[in-house]
Amino acid sequence: MNLVLRLAWRNLWRQPRRTWLTTGAMVFSNVLLIFMISLQFGMYRLMIDNSLQAFTGHMQVQAPGYIDDQKIRQTVPNVRQLAAALRQELGSETIAARASTFVLASSEERTYGIAVYGIEPQFEPQVSSIPGLITAGRFLDADDAAEIVIGSVLARNLRVSVGDELTLLGSGKDGSFAAAVVTVAGIFESGVPDIDRSVAELPLGLFQDVFYMEGSGHQVVVNAPRLSEADTLQSEVEALLPPGQDLVVQDWDALQPGLKQAIQADMSSAFFMYGILVILVAFSVLNTQLMSVLERTREFGIVMALGLTPGRLGRLVLLETAMMGLMGVALGALLGGALTWWLGVHGFSYPGMEEMATKFNLPARMYPRVTLTSLLAGPAVVMLFSLLAALYPALRLHRLHPVEAMRAA
Amino acid sequence: MTAVRCVDLCKTYRQGDQDIKALDHLSLEIGEGGFVCLSSPSGGGKTTLLNAIGGLDKPDQGEVYIAGQRIDNLSKGELAELRLRRIGFVFQAYNLIPVLTARENVEFVMQVQGVPAADRGRKALDILAEVGLEGLEDRRPAEMSGGQQQRVAVARAIVSRPALVLADEPTANLDSKTSDGLMELFTELNEHHGTTFVIASHDQRVMGYAKRIVRMLDGRIVDDIQQDAA
Ligand SMILES: Nc1ncnc2c1ncn2[C@@H]1O[C@H](COP(=O)(O)OP(=O)(O)OP(=O)(O)O)[C@@H](O)[C@H]1O
Ligand SMILES: [Mg+2]
Repeated sequence: MNLVLRLAWRNLWRQPRRTWLTTGAMVFSNVLLIFMISLQFGMYRLMIDNSLQAFTGHMQVQAPGYIDDQKIRQTVPNVRQLAAALRQELGSETIAARASTFVLASSEERTYGIAVYGIEPQFEPQVSSIPGLITAGRFLDADDAAEIVIGSVLARNLRVSVGDELTLLGSGKDGSFAAAVVTVAGIFESGVPDIDRSVAELPLGLFQDVFYMEGSGHQVVVNAPRLSEADTLQSEVEALLPPGQDLVVQDWDALQPGLKQAIQADMSSAFFMYGILVILVAFSVLNTQLMSVLERTREFGIVMALGLTPGRLGRLVLLETAMMGLMGVALGALLGGALTWWLGVHGFSYPGMEEMATKFNLPARMYPRVTLTSLLAGPAVVMLFSLLAALYPALRLHRLHPVEAMRAA
Repeated sequence: MTAVRCVDLCKTYRQGDQDIKALDHLSLEIGEGGFVCLSSPSGGGKTTLLNAIGGLDKPDQGEVYIAGQRIDNLSKGELAELRLRRIGFVFQAYNLIPVLTARENVEFVMQVQGVPAADRGRKALDILAEVGLEGLEDRRPAEMSGGQQQRVAVARAIVSRPALVLADEPTANLDSKTSDGLMELFTELNEHHGTTFVIASHDQRVMGYAKRIVRMLDGRIVDDIQQDAA
């Protein structure tokens, strides 16, 4: 081994307990960071997946202005055929056509304004989790039956149950008056209050008849096998859109702007906490290296008298810190990676979580995901800040005067 | 050729409200191959003079020349370079790096001096043998006697054959027999390699080995004696 490396390494073990304490702080924070970041990103993925899988999908084909102004006239022509063509071209089942509008829904006793969606009973279950969340009755099965499924809160508000009739009043695509009487086939509970309160689903065929859609709809929902593949899929979908028609593909971020904001808000509060952790470690390094430099004042004075420059000694101090940091990274990544990987395989839950999870159609256990980023990002920042902290004692050596240093006890 | 020339050096320290003249218009010339002992009662200014010669401290006034080159106006970095390449230092005890072995202590300085890696190991072993430390190369300072440690320090100081060696109380922590051994080593190096030695000491024994004794008091030279080596 290089003599300078050997010197730095041995210097670390002049005070083994202190070195272990500082390294221990690094290891601890690295393990914590790896676990937290893995869990956090696992959770974001789950949040995105669940929220997009509930209803929105990874992307939707729409008329250009529809996303900002959901007018019934902003249609996707021949929506059913477009969805079928995409399914076939992409070899994917997770594509379905929808139409939607706002109506007044009345039971015998009450009236509420709701959003109704015309969906394809055969394909909707592949792009939405709502069909799997029916708590009473059943999901829609025939494409032109005069049936509806509604959210649990809406059912309660309207005081209806499975088998009861609802009257829908709205306007058709051409602006004319539209009305229908439908039977409640099922009631779903998504756990998302907004959806449970104000969403209802009809068969697309019925929707198109009632609202004079002439074969058109408002969106083709497209899901990728994984969120990470959504971008590639989006360009494929764009390439397959019928030429001459004015259609766009909106991605999940445009469809659900709140989701990214929620994640970003959570991230900034998490990173604030990580920042405090890293600063605490940096101060512990600062303290250790400052003490270690002060203890060696006389020794440093002598080697400076021999002709060593403060810069060279400063680099030695930084090298010692880097070695400590590397031990922290290595042990932290090993322990943190192993722990997180194990929890990622076996999953974990905390009291009350399983109950909530079954209710909201979420997995019952949390599975943190170790990625190269979650494994190395935290330790790299800890390393960086440790070196920054050691910069102060290293630079202080420039103030050391050999004669005075040698006089030190 | 003069190895060391000091002209009219002054250095004043303030202690409390008292000015202490550590060097008081001191001039001194030491020829190449000289073997000089600076002696004085404690506080006479030996260390201050040695530090000025070695460029460790700047005098308030006066000039210092090493081998004809003026050094008291050099920058910190230039002085470090000068000490590294042209001057060997030996201080009182405990001047080795404690975590390095004898051989590593010598090699470390060579590495800083830029001696090629291939030469360092052999040179270190040779010089340690020369100062009589065969077989102890892999001991750390704590595993050696005070005299052995001082020999390592000497080996480190002379490994790159500096023309000038400055030693400040090199025998202060040694018993008389070990002191004799160290002084004999200095004498031998002085005779064989022509290395100039300037040794600050108030040890009677050290003075016995010196070719020239410069006596100081309150920062001034009060006596300058040439004598035959004992
Ligand atoms: N850094 C300093 N601050 C204040 N006074 C100092 C300083 N260094 C030296 N002195 C004073 O200068 C004078 C000369 O000191 P110096 O160390 O040169 O003497 P010395 O001959 O080496 O003494 P000793 O034999 O004790 O080593 C002394 O009075 C000392 O107290
Ligand atoms: Mg002294």
